[in-house]
Amino acid sequence: MFLQSLRKPDWVSFPSKYKGVIKINVIAEVFPDLMRGLGVTVSVLIASAFFGYLMAFIAGLCRLSNNIVLRKFTGFYIEVFRGTSLIVQLFWLYYAVPMLFGIELGSNWWIGVIAIALNYGAYMSEIVRGSILAVAKGQTEAATALNMSSFQRMRLIILPQAVRMMLPEFGNYLIQMLKATSLVYLIGLNDIFYYGNILRSNDLSMAPTVYLLVLLFYFILALPLIFLVRKAESISKKGVAS
Amino acid sequence: MTEPIVEFKDIHKSFGDVKVLKGIDLNIKPAEKIAVIGPSGSGKTTIIRMLMTLEVPTSGDIIVDGVNLWKMEKNGKMVKANEKHLREVRGDIGMVFQHFNLFPHMTILENCMTAPIHVKKEDKEEARERSIQMLEKVGLGDKLDNYPNQLSGGQKQRVAMARALVMRPKIMLFDEVTSALDPELVGEVLEVIRDIAKEGEMAMVLVTHEMDFALDVADKVLFLDEGVIAEEGTASEVIEHSKNERLQSFLHRFRS
Amino acid sequence: MNWSWETFFDALPLVASGLGITIGLTIASYLFALIFGFVWVFLRRIPFKPISWTVTWIMEFIRSTPPLVQLFFIYFAWPVVPYVGMTLDPFTSAVLGLGLHFSTYIGEVYRSGIEGVDKGQWEASTALNYSLYDKWTKIILPQAVPPTIPMLGNYLIILFKEVPLASTIGVVGILHMAQSYGSQYWAYLEPLTIVGILFLILSYPSAILISKLEKRMNRRFDKKAALSSTQKGTVV
Repeated sequence: MFLQSLRKPDWVSFPSKYKGVIKINVIAEVFPDLMRGLGVTVSVLIASAFFGYLMAFIAGLCRLSNNIVLRKFTGFYIEVFRGTSLIVQLFWLYYAVPMLFGIELGSNWWIGVIAIALNYGAYMSEIVRGSILAVAKGQTEAATALNMSSFQRMRLIILPQAVRMMLPEFGNYLIQMLKATSLVYLIGLNDIFYYGNILRSNDLSMAPTVYLLVLLFYFILALPLIFLVRKAESISKKGVAS
Repeated sequence: MTEPIVEFKDIHKSFGDVKVLKGIDLNIKPAEKIAVIGPSGSGKTTIIRMLMTLEVPTSGDIIVDGVNLWKMEKNGKMVKANEKHLREVRGDIGMVFQHFNLFPHMTILENCMTAPIHVKKEDKEEARERSIQMLEKVGLGDKLDNYPNQLSGGQKQRVAMARALVMRPKIMLFDEVTSALDPELVGEVLEVIRDIAKEGEMAMVLVTHEMDFALDVADKVLFLDEGVIAEEGTASEVIEHSKNERLQSFLHRFRS
Repeated sequence: MNWSWETFFDALPLVASGLGITIGLTIASYLFALIFGFVWVFLRRIPFKPISWTVTWIMEFIRSTPPLVQLFFIYFAWPVVPYVGMTLDPFTSAVLGLGLHFSTYIGEVYRSGIEGVDKGQWEASTALNYSLYDKWTKIILPQAVPPTIPMLGNYLIILFKEVPLASTIGVVGILHMAQSYGSQYWAYLEPLTIVGILFLILSYPSAILISKLEKRMNRRFDKKAALSSTQKGTVV
């Protein structure tokens, strides 16, 4: 169905000489270049995961607060960030915020981290909220019967159980965040994807090898996370620390 | 006459449009053992849940050791109690639940230790020692490091009792503690309650369906029916010699 | 504050003119994902371990690597792949890229739906001597599909929000329009805000609709789950 619409757009012209054999030795050539971007990809991932989880807990707990203003305000944040795209938010922070307020948000690295953290923080806050609500009511009652304060109930009884329920979803979102880090290339960060694109623009015939290798980089980064999710699922099913 | 440790004064409670309790007056004296019986939905559980501050009375007063539980004085007026006030007043009350409500993420020793340490600010070693003693007393000294989901229902309920006892309450509330147990496990739990009752210094309120047990342990039996206390007296008065027809038919179902 | 309503209304028609492409791309890639999701399910059901294992890992690979890189692969690299490579226009590349990426998620949804059908239903249809075709079309799928509808709806909304990625390979949807307006007049704030508002207007009501649908479906198809959730008062 879509194949019928396959045509060469007139404004893209690939010289046909590039149609050649994939050179395996290209890998050796490309690999070190891609490695140069690894630091940025990983550092953006770690920072946005840290701030994303932080945001998730703050927003998730605010959503459960008794203060209606706080609850509505947090709800607004969550709906705005869940209702629009990460790439739009990223561009908005990158292009629009400096124009709106006349301020710079610091480096592009921070803009990328803030965008990813705010976006996934909004998604994950729903997990925090849902998990806290899913802890059985009897647990709160038992803690009350032991005369715990509401803060102690949250810290000692509810959160330790809720966090276990959150783990698998948190792990899944970590993989999503890893995928999302590829967007920082669009605001000029030199991540793996950036170096891949440099290589491609230098020599288009390398493109298949380069992009496959870039994808493989991401997959190798994701693999431990995939296993982490499986581990988290088994922990969470048990409900008790192993 | 000793002063009552708990007084219920004309307590009403509604859930939405449903009136569950329609004027409860009740005194609990120190060390008194009270059994509350009655058909399901009669509001037995609600009485002790209000005393434990898990449910707010719609009207009326509950006085614990001379202090109003649900109301406090503020600028010369009586207002609804806040969390701080509740914490101060309910400190002498403990409760055991129908569904145990053990903390699944803690070992049974930790289940017992956490409240003494964090609520009563006891020394960790002391709390540990007393918890172990209490768990030994309920016959679970060999399970200290097990998690609740590794125990049988009867064992779980015994842990729940140890957990409540470690807090040294003056009043213990038992909410149908054997209802969720398999029949063969009921005995071991009742045995522990009987032991606690014999020690004598603690007031106990037992919401229960175990009539023989109530007869054996309780100083006073209340028959709750349609939101009011329909019969009140010693165990033998209420269970064996009452003329109340509804009580008779209620008992009949348990005796058959 | 440098907000200008003049710029806002100046950019609005241009940005909104990309809406057709954005929605069209959403629908096209979604259809592709819906169809290709079935392919994954059937490939995984092949009762030959090496194949089903390979398929599982290919799905895992596609799912856990960035769709943006996959788009670039299809648009830039596919044309120079020997023998099978061909040049694709941005829109088709995006349909293939996003469609393939989401098909791995959709495939999982189908699988959960099929596995959700009670084992007794298979046995009953075998006992009634249904043909394989009838077994699927008359017994299994009618039960497997409805519970998955809310999940499929959710993925439609998620996909919609991934569609602006396609602007990076030149699909002229609303984000692309906003960017070209921005670079032309050096005014990004208003057009990008318009993009955000358009996304919000379209996705928020859909999300509410789907959560309503989900609740209704849960009532209809998951009586067992509903029962167990009423017993949630007890943990240990």
